[in-house]
Amino acid sequence: MDMPVTKKKKLGLKERYALMTRGLGWEPSYQPIDDIFPMDRFEGIKIHDWDAWEDPFRLTMDAYWKYQAEKERKLYAIVDAFAQSNGHLTLSDARYINTVKLFVNGFAPLEYMSHRGFAHIGRQFRDVGPRVACMMQSLDEMRHSQTQIHAISNYNRYYSGMAEFRHHHDYLPYLQVPKSFFEDAATGGPFEFIVAIGFAFEYVLTNLVFVPFISGAAYNGDMGAMTFGFSAQSDEARHMTLGLEVIKFVLEQDPVNVPIVQKWLNKWTWRGVRLLTLVAMMQDYMLPKRVMSWAEAWEIYFEENCGALFRDLARYGIVMPPCVEQIRLERDHLSHIAWCHFYQARGTSDFHVWLPSKEDMDWLSAKYPDTFDRYYRPRYEYWAKCEAEGKPFEATAVPMQCQVCQIPMMFTEPGDPLTLCQRHADYKGEQYHFCSDHCRDIFEDEPEKFIQSKIAGHEVFKGNAFRPGTDPTAEGFNPAAEALAFFRIEHGRDNGLHNGSTDERNFALWRGLAKAND
Amino acid sequence: MQMDLRTVTIAPQRQTYGHVARHIGGDKPASRYQEGTIGLQTTGNQHYRPLWDPAHDYFDESRTKLKMADWYAFRDPRQYYYGSYVLARARQQEAAEAAFDFVETRGLADALPDDIRALALDLILPLRHVAWGASMNNDFIAAYGYGTGITQPALYYAMDQLGIAQFDTRLGLLLAEPEALDAAKEAWLHDVRWQSLRRLVEDLFVEQDWFELFVAQDLVLDGLLYPLVFQTIVDGDLAQRGGAAVAMVTQFQNEWAAETRKWVDAQIKAACADDAGNAALIGQWIAKWTPRAAAALCPLAEMGLGDRSAAVMDELCAALDARAARAGVRA
Repeated sequence: MDMPVTKKKKLGLKERYALMTRGLGWEPSYQPIDDIFPMDRFEGIKIHDWDAWEDPFRLTMDAYWKYQAEKERKLYAIVDAFAQSNGHLTLSDARYINTVKLFVNGFAPLEYMSHRGFAHIGRQFRDVGPRVACMMQSLDEMRHSQTQIHAISNYNRYYSGMAEFRHHHDYLPYLQVPKSFFEDAATGGPFEFIVAIGFAFEYVLTNLVFVPFISGAAYNGDMGAMTFGFSAQSDEARHMTLGLEVIKFVLEQDPVNVPIVQKWLNKWTWRGVRLLTLVAMMQDYMLPKRVMSWAEAWEIYFEENCGALFRDLARYGIVMPPCVEQIRLERDHLSHIAWCHFYQARGTSDFHVWLPSKEDMDWLSAKYPDTFDRYYRPRYEYWAKCEAEGKPFEATAVPMQCQVCQIPMMFTEPGDPLTLCQRHADYKGEQYHFCSDHCRDIFEDEPEKFIQSKIAGHEVFKGNAFRPGTDPTAEGFNPAAEALAFFRIEHGRDNGLHNGSTDERNFALWRGLAKAND
Repeated sequence: MQMDLRTVTIAPQRQTYGHVARHIGGDKPASRYQEGTIGLQTTGNQHYRPLWDPAHDYFDESRTKLKMADWYAFRDPRQYYYGSYVLARARQQEAAEAAFDFVETRGLADALPDDIRALALDLILPLRHVAWGASMNNDFIAAYGYGTGITQPALYYAMDQLGIAQFDTRLGLLLAEPEALDAAKEAWLHDVRWQSLRRLVEDLFVEQDWFELFVAQDLVLDGLLYPLVFQTIVDGDLAQRGGAAVAMVTQFQNEWAAETRKWVDAQIKAACADDAGNAALIGQWIAKWTPRAAAALCPLAEMGLGDRSAAVMDELCAALDARAARAGVRA
């Protein structure tokens, strides 16, 4: 009997991947395609030829499962070892733990939002190629959220400020900055979301988040956070490729897309850098062993890297977002303004603050020679004096917040660091306040969206920040204490100064046990 | 001999995150599945209504008619979080890879009887489009569903179905030339035997209630399709008729279906137990979609089973009803 010997055609990687993804799709005929994909037209982005989409990476599910499982095995082995050996006691300093608090409260929930957002747009683009890429990113973002929560779980067992990260992210005033940032992106159309998150955040600004946190973890002995960061990096590389592919694809499809994309780049670069205020502050003030200053990171990761990127996009008619001018002017002020604010408003935070030591201040003077000694050192010296006198300065009033970025109006006029910057706009008989021209511009472009912002201070005054059953008319009602209870801030434990905190005491005690004989 | 390794003992201040503790009945050690799932989606203080759906909040309980007092009553009996999910699938894909390898290196595909090869191609290749539809529908549930308890495994289901669509594709490339995929798509688009199924899949693409979609896609359609095609026809029939090679390279589909059925049933059971109205509501949805799914699958049953098809379809529908009844659904 002759065995039929079939000589199979050898498929190229690209061809094979196309069969494994786009080949799965078809032109529907029983339902109108616009009903199946109802969301990818309303933003005004015109796509004529989805076939021009170049898959930015070619990973079939079998390969995905295999590679990712390998990464997970290694990651959890290290996370387990770090926890079992009380790795937190080998950190550079107890103050570092506040960076971990900032991370789990501010960023892990964003990774989760990103997972849901990519699942959403992974259903909405009418071409299979981008949908598959978005679904895969959705799955990766689930990974990032969970690995962060798992790696930080052991810190939570020993230190304050992390146990209520989910509730804090939803309600705590300062965490409405990251929360509203991501919800703004996710409630936009699918193209705005992918430009905002896939490109502006994951591509343009990602290094400004990644390097400070993950190198910061490495510098300060946090093996757990360092490992999830490095493990996530290979996923991020895929996400960055997707972000760049999307932007080029959209810009090449139709000239009407260019001004829309430019508007989003302007908005999201500004929204992103406003959000990074938290990172700038962490980098300059919260890492006991510092990696680089915010100003240095900005120079390398924005001016150099992104400068080249925007020069590359110039051929489509894209220009550097105008807000970059103001970001440059604020570069040497940003972290100082933020830390001063958090120091004063420490009652409503879920991490601890401290005044920079003399050595810290000398480092800041060296990194910020034009601004630190002139504008900020005197403040810290004054507050140190207050602390020494037993009368530490604390601001307890509810600050006015920007209607768009939701940051308290603490920024100064660009180029005039002694004048507070405030902008206003009237809409439908109400006045709204902004930290800057750029936030006001964003508002004026979409007022119906931003009048919905739940401004934390207003929510307190409206009575929305009290636990159910609270009676504000009762005798002796203390609104500030009630709001803290609603926020689930354990006063005196989660908030306030690092010096004298339970965390500081426990760390010293436990480290003593670990390092010394009785 | 017991080794007593000494480490420094320090007392934890708490065992787990507050939102997890409140859900598992107190501060006690929580699993990675619990910490990575419970309460992970925001439930309050959402800032803006979506431009693409101003009638709802981004996360909105009213995107389904189902009512749940506790959305985290939806638990995954497999306890999949990302890490355990990819580890489980990596093991299964390794087995599938070995099966493809075994069939390929021994020329078993070439040794298949012609009628078996033709049936495998005719029956399984168009199913790659059905799997892709199931992937899209589960991604819909992952995107618009409420609570990580159910949206997380829905995304895993979506990725699994993409993986299955790709394994189906590889089967086509193993048994035939790439043109076979074009022929299968042609059949999917125009062959009368596939049109009721394609109409059903496309109708599900516009279904807006995500839990109804879950019932229609994961419980009803996949609950009939996988036992029919991969269990009864491929594993049962083709394997007997010299088609063991086809059964080998579709073992992922069979194992997946057996595993995932437990998750699906657990969700139905949780929904029926949580709110008195749910059992009847799910019963209505099953009654609405089962006849359509069964009718759409009849031509496939006939392709594989000839005159036994009607009896087998009846059995499968009865088995599905029994599953639903066991989960607490009211017919």
